[in-house]
Amino acid sequence: MFDNNLRGMIDDVKDGRMDRRAFVKRMIAVGLTAPMANQILAIGGVAMAQSPNPYKPTKRGGGGPLKLLWWQGPTLLNPHFATGTKDQDGSRIFYEPLASWDVDGHLNPILAAEIPSIQNGGLSADAKQVIWKLKPGVKWHDGKPMTADDLVFNWEYASDPATAAVSIETYSGLTVEKIDDLTIRITFKKQTPFWANAFVGAYGCIIPKHLFADYKGGKSREAPNNLKPVGTGPYKFVEFKPGDLIRGEINTDYHMANRPYFDTIEMKGGGDAVSAARAVIQTGEYDFAWNIQVEDEVLQRLEKGGKGKALFAVGGDIEFIAINFTDPNTEVDGERSSIKTKHPILSDPKVRQALALLVDRDSVKKAIYGRAGRTTANYLNGPEEFVSKNTKWEFSVEKASALLEQAGWKLGSDGIREKDGKKLKLLYQTSINGPRQKTQAIVKQACQKAGIDVELKSVVASVFFSSDVANPDTYAHFYADLEMFQIPMTQPDPALHMRRYHSRNISTKENKWQGPNFPRWANKEFDAAVDAADTETDPIKRADLYIKGNDLMWQDNVMIPVMHRLAVEASSNTLRPALSGWANQTDNLQDWYRET
Amino acid sequence: MSQYILRRLMIAIPSLLGISLVLFVVLALAPGDPFSELATNPNVPPEVQAALRAKFGLDDPIYLRYLHWLAAMVHGDWGFSFVSRVDVDTLILQRLPTTLYVVGSSQLLALLIAIPVGVYAATRPYSLFDQLANTFAFIGFSLPTFFTGILFILVFSVKLDWLPFVYTSVPGSGIPWLLEMIRQAIMPVMVLGLFQAASMTRFVRSAMLDVIRLDYVTTARAKGLGQAKVIVKHVMRNAMIPVVTLIALQMPAVFGGAIVTEQIFRIPGIGSLLISSILANDTPVVMAVTFVFACLVVLFNLIADVLYGWLDPRISFR
Repeated sequence: MFDNNLRGMIDDVKDGRMDRRAFVKRMIAVGLTAPMANQILAIGGVAMAQSPNPYKPTKRGGGGPLKLLWWQGPTLLNPHFATGTKDQDGSRIFYEPLASWDVDGHLNPILAAEIPSIQNGGLSADAKQVIWKLKPGVKWHDGKPMTADDLVFNWEYASDPATAAVSIETYSGLTVEKIDDLTIRITFKKQTPFWANAFVGAYGCIIPKHLFADYKGGKSREAPNNLKPVGTGPYKFVEFKPGDLIRGEINTDYHMANRPYFDTIEMKGGGDAVSAARAVIQTGEYDFAWNIQVEDEVLQRLEKGGKGKALFAVGGDIEFIAINFTDPNTEVDGERSSIKTKHPILSDPKVRQALALLVDRDSVKKAIYGRAGRTTANYLNGPEEFVSKNTKWEFSVEKASALLEQAGWKLGSDGIREKDGKKLKLLYQTSINGPRQKTQAIVKQACQKAGIDVELKSVVASVFFSSDVANPDTYAHFYADLEMFQIPMTQPDPALHMRRYHSRNISTKENKWQGPNFPRWANKEFDAAVDAADTETDPIKRADLYIKGNDLMWQDNVMIPVMHRLAVEASSNTLRPALSGWANQTDNLQDWYRET
Repeated sequence: MSQYILRRLMIAIPSLLGISLVLFVVLALAPGDPFSELATNPNVPPEVQAALRAKFGLDDPIYLRYLHWLAAMVHGDWGFSFVSRVDVDTLILQRLPTTLYVVGSSQLLALLIAIPVGVYAATRPYSLFDQLANTFAFIGFSLPTFFTGILFILVFSVKLDWLPFVYTSVPGSGIPWLLEMIRQAIMPVMVLGLFQAASMTRFVRSAMLDVIRLDYVTTARAKGLGQAKVIVKHVMRNAMIPVVTLIALQMPAVFGGAIVTEQIFRIPGIGSLLISSILANDTPVVMAVTFVFACLVVLFNLIADVLYGWLDPRISFR
């Protein structure tokens, strides 16, 4: 049906002969999905729909207090320094981006007057330029107007390496110029099909130039407003105690009608996830708790007759077992797992295939993740249009044994397979975390049945994820045969997620183990697909390239996906939070209200 | 006397230096990184993590970092937290009132329970009251606070719904504010106070028993003094000498907070600051809190020694 039909339909939508919903429905019928259909409309020149979050209150305020419980309290309130999502969530109460991601992975305008599209002249066809128009009349909490100068300043601030902002990647490779007081132009150095990164979402929060101009670069830490945010958000700053508490009050000058609903906001930190879930679901002391990584069984018990419930938001976070393609036991030039070596056991595709057959994803889901997980064969699990339908997975000890048999690994007298006098022994590491140790046990058991001796190793999370060059136990050193952890997908675009495994990004001693390709997998076809996708402007072709990349990873068994993890939140039964698996929890805070 | 205090203070300097050196080296050798959260975030290039490490001097050799820290400390600069980038003294001062309030009240509660119960139990050894007091004391200090804390939460918050189990700073002032502050502190103060009271009761009881058998007490009784006067004026006063020392040595804990209980009830005190900083590898904060704690221990030891001499003139300062 494609091309002609499609273009005809896009025109129908443009001229109002067909509504968006009908178009999206038809697209879904032919196997495409909602975000995909919307992206087609955007490139086809139809503006994206406006704020899709349902919002019932008809006046501003009057909602009383909103009490949030973050079991890791935010420790700083400058979005450009936010080390973790907790800090982004805290700053997001006061600071806003131009647009945020909604539940389907669509853009929802916040400070922008409209979402740029080809039709409104905001996007250029060559994907090298974006023009954002600001909403007129937006004021900072101190009464000063917000203008294009603030946006240009944010780009200068974040892209200056001396500032040491964590948002540096978002703002490099582009220039931002002011067209007039309410319009900016972003020019990309390369073709950038995923243009909605700078000024969008968590890293896109905008800080005021008049308060931060003196603290750009090396002096960034000294800015007094790092702790006293003055933003444009729905709530104004009252009090902040790092790691403990944030308090805010309603911004009566807020730029969206009838918003916000609550009069005050409190974000309390500290404690642990289980008791946070209890305070929301069981006793109702708090309205909302973040990131409830608790076994589903416990949540279901709390939910019985409680005052709240667990909410699940679908994003693209993936828990996986990565396979080392290099030899972790041979040292070459002072480095183990060197790319000059080949893994003596795992470089055989049959062994990798056998391992993938030995991960019982159904049991892991049933015993550990419950409603918070989905089984998958893919590394890339969203947004829908990027998800491959060509892959499959199964759990079969017999098939795995047969494959190992074929590969020459014969059962020894002790039940462990061996080949040329060498035992089939693997070291499987992960960070210390309840569900991970349970998963390790499930996998080890299946491997034992197939004659593989798996040694388990758990490393403290702060070590496992550290960038310490001297520590051999980090995930990036990967001095083990297998390792398991989760990589979050922080935006509804796979570019960053997939670029990791480009062969130029292999983690080595030379780059101080900072290369994100820790399995040390090199595949020319994959490199080519990812490179092509980086500049491909046709959304369908681009999605195809990423699906190809995912399929190559699946064929080669680079990663064995364990679980597609959903974000779990606890919410009071009366609260109506606007959540999205593609955004942080507070990203659509202005739309939260309480059903009375 | 003043010479004695001066001498003790001079001796304290090398021991504090030694403590700080050991603390620093242990923390520096401990694996981990304050920026590990950035590692799996695909939005943050690894160079940022490396740049932050370099900016905060984490790549310098240990002895250089220690000398930097020491020089700054001598000038009164406690450094700043890697995690929140706030000055460490601000962070500590922010947390101190809560800890003083919660842990201080629990110590007070412990004393209010321990002294009367201990004294009364000692006057009637092996009576029913003494047996009961002993039994509860044993139960009290056998149950760890993380257990009683959760038990209290289950009973008083979840089942009965009487008390909140999340401690937060309440805005406002006046009577309702005061009542709310008291209400949310009840559970943590009880948990800590009862635990302390249990062991202190045993201590008071045995101190009393030691004294009550002495000849001068018999003499007092023989003089025809009433039981109350004998116990309060003659026995308790002498029995309290070791108890006062014990309390003086407990004082640093009042400032140091209670790590476990603060974590359970989300009390924003020094203890929870310490544990979250340790988990985040926030060396400057851990260093400052533990070092302040060390200073307090040294100081209160000195105060206890001085008090001892004042209470018992037979001990002389040399």
